[in-house]
Order: sequence, then C-alpha cells, then structure tokens
Amino acid sequence: MLSRPLSRRVFLKASGGALAGTLAFASGPIALLAPSRSWAMPLDTLSSRQGEVLLEITKHLFPHPGLEDAVYAFVVKDLDKAAGVEQTHELIQGGIASLDSDASGDWLALDKQEQFQRIEALEGTPFFEKIRATAVVSLYNNPLAFTHFGYQGEEGDVGYLYNGFSDLTWLPDPPQPADGYMPGKAS
Amino acid sequence: MAMTDNQARFAQDDDSVVVIIGSGAGGGTLANELASQGIDVVVLEAGAIHTRDDFLADEWAAFSQLSWLDNRTTSGSFRLAKDFPNLPAWIVKSVGGTTVHWAGASLRFQPHEFRALSEYGAVEGANLLDWPLGYDDLAPYYAKAENRMGVTRTNDIPGLPGNNNFHVMYAGAKNLGYSCNTGHMAINSEIRDGRASCQQRGFCFQGCRTGAKWSTLYTELPAAIATGHMELRPQSHVATIEHDDQGRATGVTYFDANGDMQRQKARIVAVAGNSIETPRLLLNSASSMFPDGLANSSGQVGRNYMRHMTGSVYATFDEPVHMYRGTTMAGIISDEARHDPSRGFVGGYEMETLSLGLPFMAAFLDPGAWGSKFAGALDQYDHMAGMWLVGEDMPRETNRITLNGEAKDAYGLPVANVHYDDHPNDIAMREHGFRQGAALYESVGARDIYRTPPYPSTHNMGSCRMSARAQDGVCNGYGQTHDVANLFISDGSQFTTSAAENPTLTIVSLAIRQAEHIGKLMKEGAV
Repeated sequence: MLSRPLSRRVFLKASGGALAGTLAFASGPIALLAPSRSWAMPLDTLSSRQGEVLLEITKHLFPHPGLEDAVYAFVVKDLDKAAGVEQTHELIQGGIASLDSDASGDWLALDKQEQFQRIEALEGTPFFEKIRATAVVSLYNNPLAFTHFGYQGEEGDVGYLYNGFSDLTWLPDPPQPADGYMPGKAS
Repeated sequence: MAMTDNQARFAQDDDSVVVIIGSGAGGGTLANELASQGIDVVVLEAGAIHTRDDFLADEWAAFSQLSWLDNRTTSGSFRLAKDFPNLPAWIVKSVGGTTVHWAGASLRFQPHEFRALSEYGAVEGANLLDWPLGYDDLAPYYAKAENRMGVTRTNDIPGLPGNNNFHVMYAGAKNLGYSCNTGHMAINSEIRDGRASCQQRGFCFQGCRTGAKWSTLYTELPAAIATGHMELRPQSHVATIEHDDQGRATGVTYFDANGDMQRQKARIVAVAGNSIETPRLLLNSASSMFPDGLANSSGQVGRNYMRHMTGSVYATFDEPVHMYRGTTMAGIISDEARHDPSRGFVGGYEMETLSLGLPFMAAFLDPGAWGSKFAGALDQYDHMAGMWLVGEDMPRETNRITLNGEAKDAYGLPVANVHYDDHPNDIAMREHGFRQGAALYESVGARDIYRTPPYPSTHNMGSCRMSARAQDGVCNGYGQTHDVANLFISDGSQFTTSAAENPTLTIVSLAIRQAEHIGKLMKEGAV
C-alpha cells in the first residue's frame, strides 16, 4: 500500500482511478513504518473522485483524530473491489451522485459539518450500510491500523509469556496463588 | 501425514459400530471413551481437518477457516436476530468442533443448579425442570474430566499466570469484596500429558497452536485412533438418522467430501452436533413412524434452547492495558454465580475476563454503531480492559430450533431457524451484571465504560433436554433418548437447564459417564 511517489505505471495498471496522498503525521507510528511519506492506491472500478468521496464519508463515520488517510484508503480499496459487482457499483455510483446533486453538484465542497449532516441523514440506506459495514471491517483489519491503535496482531503468534503479557505497572501485582505461576515456578 | 492415515477402517454395512456425529467436546470424548473399551466407533464430522500448524493469528482469517458458516436463520426479540441474522452461533465446523475455539474455562456446575425447578420454584414464562441426575452423580466424572483435560487448580496443577487484563479485574474485584483468581482452565500451566505450557499468545479463539489448551483435536481423537477402534471421517455431513420397523436406529445417511450421499450402518447412534445441528438432524429425520422428528414424542426436540445470559463490559483507563496479550479468559469471579433472588432474578452469573483483537472489537463492541463515541472507544483500544458476563438463562418452550420451511443448505436440507426471546429474568440478570462490571472497573479508575451486547452464541444448550419423565424432555439422565433406545444425545443439547458456568467441562463429564453406561448396556445386550 505504502509506495514510492505516484508513478505513471500505477496509473496505467488500473483502469479505474487512484487515491494518493501524503502522510500527515510525520512522526506518527505509521510514518515510522513507511518507506516514504507519499502513498498511492490504484482503483480498478471507481474513479478517483468517487474514491475521494468514499474516503471522506468513511472519515465521517469513524472519526479518528490522527489516523492517516492512508488507513482510511483501505476501506476505499475494499469498496472498489466490491464495486466489481455491477449491482454494488450502481449502488455506490448512485449514492455519490445523489449526495452531489443535493449539494449543487459537489458534496466534497460542503463544509465538514454540512457533509456530516448529509451523511447522517442517510443512516439505514443500503448505500450508507454498504460503506459502514465494509469500513468497520476494513478500517480495523490491517497492519497500519494495528500500529495506530496499539494492537500487535500476528506478533502475538510467538506468545507474550516473556514479552509483556503482564507488564502492567500502574496497579499492584495480584498475590499468588490468586495469580498463578510462570511455567516451572510453582512452589 | 494426516491423523487419519493409519486409522482403523470400518465397512459401511458394518452394523456393529457406534456412529458418533460430531467430534467436539461431547463426540470426541465419547469416541475415545468407547474406543478405549474396545468398542468400534465411526465418527462423522462435518468439518475438515485443520491441524495446529494450520491455525492463524488473524481474527477474521481464522473465523473464515474454522467457523460454522452454513446458513441459519433467526427470529425472536434477541438482539442477534438484528445484528447477525444468519450467524446466531459462533461455533466451529472443523475436526475437534468448538473445542478448537473455546477459551478453556472449566467450572463445575453448582449442586443447586441441577435442581433449578426445586430451588428457584416455577418461573412464569420459563420451562424449568430438575435434572434427572444430581451433582453427586456427576462429581466423580467431573474429577475424571478435570484430570483428563488438565484443568488448572485441580489435580495439583498450578494456576496460570495472569495477564494485564487479569491484573485490572483483580484490583477491581478486591475493591468490591469479590474473590478472583486466574480460574480453572483447561490450559496447561506446566507441560502435561505431552502438551506444552501456555505461551500467552492471546489467540485462544483462533485455535491453540501450541496445544496448551485442551481440544479433542489433539487429545481425545488421536488417542481414540491409537486404540485401533475408531475411524474418523471428516467432511461427512450427516443428513438423516434411519430406523427400522421396530423404531430402532439402524444407521445414518451422510454427504461425503464430494457431496455424494453415503450410508453407514450402526448398532448405536450418538448425536453431538451442538445444540442447533443436533435437533435439526432429529427433525430432518422425520419418518412415517416419527412424523414430528426422531425421538420427539414429547414435542420437546428443539425446544428449551439456551444460550446463557451474556454481555460484556469494556472499560478504558488512563494507563495502558494491552488486554489482548495472553489468555483470552484470564480471570474469573464467581461471587455472583450464587442463587440469591434478592438481586431480582433467579440463578447467577460468572464474571470472566475477555479480550478481543482490534478487528473483532470493531465488529462486536456495538454492532451497527458508528460515529465519534464508537470511534472514541477504539481510539483507547490499548488502554482497555474487558470482561464477559455469563449466567444461567431460562429454558423456554418457545425458544427453539425449528426447520426453516424455505431456506435449504448446500445438500438441499432445510436449515435451522433459531428463535430466541430474552426472558425477563435474563434481562434483569444482564442489567445487574452490567452494573457490577461497571462498578468494578470504576473502582480502578475507569474513564469510559462500554456495555457490549451478546456475541453470536458459543454456549448453545438444551434443545434435546434430559428429563426424568418422557413427556418432559428428549433423553434420560444418560442422554439415551426416551423413544429410541439405541439413540443417544451426547452434547450440550442434553442440558436440562444451563447453569451459570461455561458448558464444556459438563459436556465432557456427561460424555465420560455416558460412555460407561453405553458400554454396560452393550455388554448386557440391552442395545
């Protein structure tokens, strides 16, 4: 996902548009992982503008101060994938068109509060639900989100037994035997 | 090499075998117990083999790999019908069944819980009944099961070391005057029985890669295979149980991995498909002799479906917790598990730490939610502690598994519909649990408290319940059906009432006891 600055090749590869941006938080945990501050995500079906609208909608639904757009872009990527099915494509296209037409042709041009109110009013519609249900999975199921929110994901595979499973220091340690014993340490 | 490569093979027309449907806590244990007696057993498991090496440290990927995702439908006022209308249960379709997924809590039922009707009195809108066996009948089998499963804090096995989530629970428990420890867990705290000690991976629900957590997948099933008396057939989805003119079970039909219909004859059939599939199979086995479904003269097949009163309390703190590190269920408080109607409900509940990874926290914290409150909870994910509330729910005739008249599965069989309405007692108990859980965390300085509704049910019980009298239930105290002498119920479907405790230990104990009884009946020629 994180890549070198947008190249011509990226544009040629995808028949759809692309999302691109620059990491906003230069010293954040994600920036520390990233090879570059620029990122790009090609889209197969949706246009760049549709991608930008969906990204903004997702930010209204799940507003995390300090979360990079690069992570929200995972949601757009999955919606783009879903739009490979014609029915879903129409749903997304129609939803965006309707938002735009209710906003003198450009929902993105509204101020943030206006944008939010228009989205809020859509709760329960298939368009809204498609974005919400996709986002609640995609946004929180990728390594960048894990880094941002402080979840170690697959790092746990080797076990935390000697690596922080009980490193909490702001409460007193529970006494044994209520607490148990490290392997081989039971009296 | 697959675990099944060198196993015994039995002919499909061999009518001397015991056919067991399902390889989880009930079926897997029963298989090993019978095979150890020299009784030939064929286990038909709907799921495929996924070994420990296949398990994934990835919540959604593991969910896709292991879960029972065949279509089901729901109805009733319980919130799951809205949140997850086609996923009422979070159980496993894989060899080892839900023992692959379970968290390992192994608490005995309390003596009074076997006498729910006598102890609680009749409760309006509930179908309470005493079990046909008492605590003392089951106690020796609890002891055997604890030893077999390696339950901590029994048999001189030390308690597991507690993780950060436990540290928070413990501090709050102390403030509230509760007692709390790292629980009776079927998770090795020391190397035992050829299995490693727990490495505190935090992926109990995704399958235990080290095998520290007891699962029939790598204990009972290979042990049964090693006796030379058990054949495990994965990807074998049983369609019907067949019977003869005398109303005795003669075998089963099933779909193999290629989707081809097969038939296995049997001397005895034992059903352990978990409490949705077990009654579904009996209902799908209706015949002219048993028009309402097999073993259903009482009309109770599918009824009294229970799923425990559940709910979760998550709390956030100024300091980090990292609750996902280490065992999922790391601490248990049993103080509220007593029966004390002065609290406004009968029965009781356990408080058990629980954690979810970030992906599942997003999915389950408040299904359907969005907006700044929801996002704010996840912003504090690494500062969050959590507990699960699990308590006795009321059996109700109307809470039931039925066949869906329209929806069919991949084999053309009607799918199960799960109907559930929370009883007022369940609602009062959940409210009490939410309050106590919140008070516990607030006493440790919680910033925000979140009340999380029930997840898709992992505890499914009671849909073919035991009863002393044939008209009150489906099977007797040994799980033998009242109507068909050589047909047994061998999973949590047998439970007359749900009790407050996690069901696996009781399922295993009942299976050990049932195996002993079946062996005796076979020797006597009674079945």
